[in-house]
Amino acid sequence: MDQDALRVDGLFLSRSGRTVLSGVSFALAPGSFCGLIGVNGSGKTTLIRALLGLLPADAGGIEGAARGHRALGYVPQKIDADPYMPLRARDVVALGFDGHRYGLPLPSRRRRDRVAAMLAAVGADAFADRRLGDLSGGQQQRIFIAHALVREPQLLLLDEPLANLDMPSIAGIVSVLKRIARESGVTVLISSHDVNPLVGALDRVIYLAGGGAVSGRPDEVLRSGVLSRLYGHHIDVLRVHGRLVIVPAGETHPIAPDEPHVERLE
Amino acid sequence: MTLLSFLPAGFLDSGPVQRALVTGAVAAVISAIAGVLTLIRGQSFAGHALTDVSAAGGAAAVLFGAGPLAGFLAGALVGGFGMETVELRRRSERDLVAGIMLGLGLGVSALILGRIVSSGSNGGAPVTILFGSLFILPPGVILPVSICGAVAVVLAALFTRPLLLAALDPDLLTVQGGSPRLMRLVHLTMLALAVAVSSLTVGAILSTAFLIGPAATATRLSARPGRTMALAAILGLIAGWGGILMSYKSYDWTDGHAWPVSFCIVALIVAAHLLLPPVFGRLLKPRQKG
Repeated sequence: MDQDALRVDGLFLSRSGRTVLSGVSFALAPGSFCGLIGVNGSGKTTLIRALLGLLPADAGGIEGAARGHRALGYVPQKIDADPYMPLRARDVVALGFDGHRYGLPLPSRRRRDRVAAMLAAVGADAFADRRLGDLSGGQQQRIFIAHALVREPQLLLLDEPLANLDMPSIAGIVSVLKRIARESGVTVLISSHDVNPLVGALDRVIYLAGGGAVSGRPDEVLRSGVLSRLYGHHIDVLRVHGRLVIVPAGETHPIAPDEPHVERLE
Repeated sequence: MTLLSFLPAGFLDSGPVQRALVTGAVAAVISAIAGVLTLIRGQSFAGHALTDVSAAGGAAAVLFGAGPLAGFLAGALVGGFGMETVELRRRSERDLVAGIMLGLGLGVSALILGRIVSSGSNGGAPVTILFGSLFILPPGVILPVSICGAVAVVLAALFTRPLLLAALDPDLLTVQGGSPRLMRLVHLTMLALAVAVSSLTVGAILSTAFLIGPAATATRLSARPGRTMALAAILGLIAGWGGILMSYKSYDWTDGHAWPVSFCIVALIVAAHLLLPPVFGRLLKPRQKG
C-alpha cells in the first residue's frame, strides 16, 4: 500500500523539444491541499499533463496510489463553450461519470443521484439546468470540478482554475476545493501563478522556477532564502498588507537572503 | 387516406418520389446527428470543405460510369481522413487546412465536370453533382442509402457519450480512459456518410445546408444533446419531405418550370431557422430552479 497519493522522483519533461523541467521531485500526502505555484511558462501545465499521463516523461518516475484513469480527476485550464452548445451543466457532470463508456446512455438512477450530489457539493444547484455556455467563468469552473469529482478520484488536478476569475469567485472555488479535500479525502493539486488566493488554504506548496522545484509547507517554501536558491538569483518575499509579494531582484543580483531591499516611496 | 388527401394524386405511388422520400429521410437523420456533433466541435467549416471534396468524388464516379453515391462517399472519406492526417498544433490551423481542402475539392470538381461536359456524354452532370438529383435516382439506390443510414445510426448509438466528451475537450476523454483519436475517426465517418447521402438529395455543394441548418436550429430550441439531435432529425425530415412536395407541386404553380428540389429543401431549412427559434426558443427555455 502506497503511503503517498503521488510521488514524483527526478522527473524530466520537455515540450516541443525544449526541456521544461529537469529533475523535479516531490510527494503529495493523501487528502492534502497542494498548490503548484510558478510564473507563466515555469512548467505548471506541462507537469500537470505528465501527471495525467497526457505527456510522456523524458526521465524520472511518477508513482503512488493515485495512478491510472480511475484515480485521476482533471479540470482543464480553459474550455471554449459556445453559448448555444447543447449541453447543460448537468450533462457535463454526467459525462464525467460515464462519458468514456460506449452504448446508449440509458436513464440510470445511480448516475442521476451521483450527478445531483456533486452539483450540490460544488454549490451549482441553482444553475444546473442552464447551458454550459451561458454560465460565468466561476460557475463553469464549479461545473468542471463536479465533472472531475463525480467518479470519486483520489487525486484532483486543476490547471489555473482561478485565472480570469473575480475575487468572490476565487474565494468560492478555493473554499469548495478545501472542503472537498477535507471531507472526502481527495488529494487536490491546484496550479496558480499567484500564491495569494491560495496561501491560507494550502497544506503544501510546490514552487516551480528555472526548471526545478521546491516543495514543503507554505511557511517553509515561501522564504527569500529558499526561493533565491531555486531561482539562482536574489528573490525577496515580502508581506505587504497581509499579501505575499515575491520580487526578483534581477538575474545579476547576488543571492543575499538576509535583508530585503525595501524603500518606502512617499 | 383522408389524412394524406392534400397530397397530389399519384404522389406516393410514383417510384422516383418514393426513392426521393427515403433518400431524403436518411439524409435528414444522419445529417442531424453528425451536424449536432460538428457544431459542438466547432467544425462547421471543415464539414463544408468535406462536401467539396465529396463533389469531386461524385464527379469522378460519373466520369467512370459508376453511381455517384459511392463517389460522394469515397470523396468525403478521402477528404476527411486527408484532413485528419495533417497534424494540427492549434485549432486555428484547422480552418486553414479546411480552406485549402475546399479549394482543392472544387478545383478537381471543375476539372472532372469539364471533361464530362466537353465529351458531350452527360451535360446535366454538373447540376446533378453540385445541386442534387433527387427525382432521377435509379431504383437500386435504396439499398446503399439504407446501409449508409444504418451504419451512421449504429455508430451514433455506440459512441454518443465519448463523442460528446471528446467534442467538449479531447483531454477530458483521455483522462477518463477513452480515445479521442478513435472518436475523431468515428465522427469523420459519420460526417462522410451524412455528406454522401445529402449530396444525392440537395447536391454536394448544398449538403452543408442539410448538415448545419437543422442542427443549428435545434441547438437554439433545446439545451440537451439527445433531444437536440432528435429535433434536428425531425426538422431535417420536415424540410426534406416538404421540399420534395413543394418541388413536385411547383410544376402546377410555375407553368411547368418547376423549382429544383434542392432549392425547396434549403428554402424550408432557412425559413425554419429564421422563424422557429424566435417563436419557440422562449417557450422551450429550461426551467431554472431557485
